[in-house]
Amino acid sequence: MRVRFDTAALRQTKWHQYAIRFLFGGLITAAAGIIAKQYGPVIGGLFLAFPAIFPAGATLIEKHEKVKKQKAGMSGTVRGRQAASVDAAGAAMGSVGLLVFALLVWEFVSRHRSWIVLLVATAAWLVVSVLIWQIRKRASTMRRKVHTVFKVNHVER
Amino acid sequence: MSQIVIRFLVGGAVVSVFAIVSDLLKPKSFAGLFGAAPSVALATLGLTVATEGASYAAIEAHSMMAGAIAFFAYASFVSCVIMRYQLKALWVTICVMPLWFAVAFGLRSIWLRT
Repeated sequence: MRVRFDTAALRQTKWHQYAIRFLFGGLITAAAGIIAKQYGPVIGGLFLAFPAIFPAGATLIEKHEKVKKQKAGMSGTVRGRQAASVDAAGAAMGSVGLLVFALLVWEFVSRHRSWIVLLVATAAWLVVSVLIWQIRKRASTMRRKVHTVFKVNHVER
Repeated sequence: MSQIVIRFLVGGAVVSVFAIVSDLLKPKSFAGLFGAAPSVALATLGLTVATEGASYAAIEAHSMMAGAIAFFAYASFVSCVIMRYQLKALWVTICVMPLWFAVAFGLRSIWLRT
């Protein structure tokens, strides 16, 4: 499946769902600052990779997929949960990019202009995440092909 | 107080932008990458450099590496549990949250102890 933009999801999302994500995002950012002030930058830094809006995002994806299937006359429960699981797998791949982001900021922020470091680190997060996603996608395609070839050979024998 | 409000507004805005981009993208596994976008880090580190200095931000970024590894463990486990047991995403994502804390603070105590 190719990567594409689908604006239909935006129409499905209600304003209060955006508000929840804004609220959680704002709260965790403010909390990270307060925690760093109170307990120091080592503890505060941990919360820069806290999955604050992850539950809200996964729930939203599950709900959207379920509604889509229900419109087609199916229950959609299983499909919704599968979509949430796939989304979580994507986030796991993105977290490797997040690690690279943190590594680059740690290494270069004291020696270079901070906005350039943050920009480059964000680009690195995207590149690493997409690369891992591509590798995983190709590996699963390859696995499927190998599986099919073995199956065909087995039937022919 | 005003700094907390600024953090809240900037953080909310950056997180929302990444969330909207994630909503727009297909397939779901690709959109999921944006669930681990450095949104909170971007908002926080930018402000931290301005107020506390670059060295302070570097310490936070070093510590964030442990948080990112914890995020990887958390998201992988959530994905496996939902797929295997077909449980509701909201409950799984909330109930598995202690795993993030355990990994992040565990790594902090063995790796980042200063």
